[in-house]
Amino acid sequence: MGTKIVKLMSGNEAIARGAYEAGVRVATGYPGTPATEILQSLSAFPGLHAEWSVNEKVALEVASGASIAGARAICAMKHVGLNVASDPLMTLSYTGVGGGLVIVSADDPGHHSSQNEQDNRNYAAFSKIPMLEPSDSAEALSFTRLAFEISERFDTPVLIRTTTRVSHSESVAKPGTPSIPGPPPGPAKLPGKYVMIPGVSEERHRLAEERLDRLKEFAEGFEGNTVERHGNEVGIITSGISYQYVREAVPDASVLKLGMGYPLPARMVREFAASVRELFVVEELDPFMEAQVLSLGVRVKGKLTNPGFLPLVGELNPDIVASAFGKETGLKHPPVSGLPLRPPCLCPGCPHRGVLYALNRHGYFVAGDIGCYTLGFMEPLSAIHTTLCMGAGIGQAHGMLKAMEAGGEASPHRRKVAAVIGDSTFLHSGITSLLNTLYNRGGGTVFILDNRTTAMTGLQPHPGTGRTLMGGLSGRSDIRDIVRGLGIKDVSVVDPYNLKPIEKLLSMEPPEDAPRVVIARRPCVLLTKDKPAKAYAVNASACAGCGECLMLACPAISFVDGHSEIEAALCTGCSLCKQVCAFGAITL
Amino acid sequence: MNIIFAGVGGQGVLTASEVLARAAMNEGLDCKKSEVHGMAQRGGSVLSHVRFGSRVHSPVIPAGGADFLVAFEMLEGLRHAHNLKPSGTVIVNRLEVHPLTTFTGPGYPTDIQEQLASIGAKVVVLPGQDLAASAGDVRAAGSALLGALSILLPFKAASWEDAFAGTFKPSAAELNIRAFGLGRGWVSGNLV
Repeated sequence: MGTKIVKLMSGNEAIARGAYEAGVRVATGYPGTPATEILQSLSAFPGLHAEWSVNEKVALEVASGASIAGARAICAMKHVGLNVASDPLMTLSYTGVGGGLVIVSADDPGHHSSQNEQDNRNYAAFSKIPMLEPSDSAEALSFTRLAFEISERFDTPVLIRTTTRVSHSESVAKPGTPSIPGPPPGPAKLPGKYVMIPGVSEERHRLAEERLDRLKEFAEGFEGNTVERHGNEVGIITSGISYQYVREAVPDASVLKLGMGYPLPARMVREFAASVRELFVVEELDPFMEAQVLSLGVRVKGKLTNPGFLPLVGELNPDIVASAFGKETGLKHPPVSGLPLRPPCLCPGCPHRGVLYALNRHGYFVAGDIGCYTLGFMEPLSAIHTTLCMGAGIGQAHGMLKAMEAGGEASPHRRKVAAVIGDSTFLHSGITSLLNTLYNRGGGTVFILDNRTTAMTGLQPHPGTGRTLMGGLSGRSDIRDIVRGLGIKDVSVVDPYNLKPIEKLLSMEPPEDAPRVVIARRPCVLLTKDKPAKAYAVNASACAGCGECLMLACPAISFVDGHSEIEAALCTGCSLCKQVCAFGAITL
Repeated sequence: MNIIFAGVGGQGVLTASEVLARAAMNEGLDCKKSEVHGMAQRGGSVLSHVRFGSRVHSPVIPAGGADFLVAFEMLEGLRHAHNLKPSGTVIVNRLEVHPLTTFTGPGYPTDIQEQLASIGAKVVVLPGQDLAASAGDVRAAGSALLGALSILLPFKAASWEDAFAGTFKPSAAELNIRAFGLGRGWVSGNLV
């Protein structure tokens, strides 16, 4: 293998490279692990527009517009992002495309950084569009190029479905030559294709069903669907990262590798089934392929037919696959038990910490949201009590308060409900929820933790930052102006490094029929970390060992020999520990 | 060859594994590297797998299949030591970072080196922080650990140097190559 022409790249970088080589002109998405690097990598290529849209639904609509204008377009998001974008997705299947339109869903089996581990292969079947599943970076690159060809040839959006272990693993891939497209022809007026009113959409649905039949035929000869012969005893149908685990763990099995995970090539499956004594399906999460194989009337062993053969929950790995085939795994020692855990936590100096600490101290029930502040659910902060999906907390808090007030007899606990949402999440899908609370005369307190970035996914810009993905400046949307623009009167801005004003707000009764919005504004400490830090220290003789400073869950503070200690190298000088110490034991 | 990198978020675990993966590719080997980003990274345990050889399938190392464990912190070394082959070696940074959970939960183990030895692995405890500080920046401890690992891998010096040059900006590459050299020198002076 030569070292000059191949590159080590992540699956996400390879998808970006493939899209660039395919001549993509518009690339959209919203940050989300494990998809984020696709758009970030694309933004570095010349000759295209890449943007962080405000949410995934908007991202897919923008990409569809580019496609209608005749350009190739790609839209990338994490699995749950496709739920947000599912509304345009379902009907895009009917309209089809102009220029090639590729949608990337990066799923997260094992929920490494997600609220669920839904299997988005189901969206391919649900929306009746073809789906490609790369198993490494080389395929991520080549399949992305192929996806644009399939999209244009069959007049359909194409789904590329990866998982964390494909998106975030690096492997060797060979970059090709990019084709630089000229300007597209511009949007064509085709109401029979793009105006989805009832009469038109029925005809387009019929065409989508016919298209699926043609795609099934195409799958029979698709270059990504391959058979690897290793005898005629055991045959395994698999796709994506599961293919790599199969080759690792069951090297003596014949394999039907489906690069196109939907629709399945029926003849290929039947012929493969007939060529082996025993047929299995190895797949992560849902029995998606197994159900299709069974529907062909082919006898197969998998999660549906043999419950317990492979887990429905969590990601696979070589050991789980080896065990399923009765092979020994190499583990000679059990893991050492009883070790202290090291869960992820808020950084030293994190501006979320003060608000979360105060909410906990004041006994609030907090409807949370998606972002770094979600980590505030853990002890000792214990300040986040729901996390559902992007933008959900404000609506949940409203519902809780209405439930406690309905019928005119208010629960005495009603004032102690708050919602907490970050700036990027608020702009993604919190604005409409807040408008709903206002409109329906809801009360309660909404904290918008404005740290001027999308922190959890790696500091991406958003409309409140005045910067764009491609590095340009844009008009900065002020969150206070947005909130006021909705018609909310009670809006205050606080510095989350100053606890007293926050605690004063929390001790006051909120208005009953209008939301009170508190914007805690301070940049993420990761944006400012190069500034010289002033470290606080504990005066051991003054420290009573009460542990109150430990309630801040700051990684810089530990408890040694009966008193608190501050690790100077980690301290950023935020001063919260000084503010909570009743004994004056913490000083600069 | 299977190598696990383990440490605490922010220590440079992913960067060090990137250098090794690039060095392996420079040797003309097939290579895969696997890790998780996002929420898993915020100050918590961080893990990266690097595999190389004539052909690599799974990016994830099978249980008990690691030839080397490069640990940036003592407790994180112990947490993953069971994944070493019986013939495996752990190269561990002599550094303790006590997690917050030790205030309420189990305390920080005091006999990590003995526990590592009892698993049967060969244990190399490297003063990575000191070596990195001598090289010019304590944050280069991961490169000192890579230097120690390099003694045990048959890679050419140029493969490592190209890997550092491809991973870091020029000034940082120089510093990290210096830390790498100190780590390599420390192992050859203390073990052979």
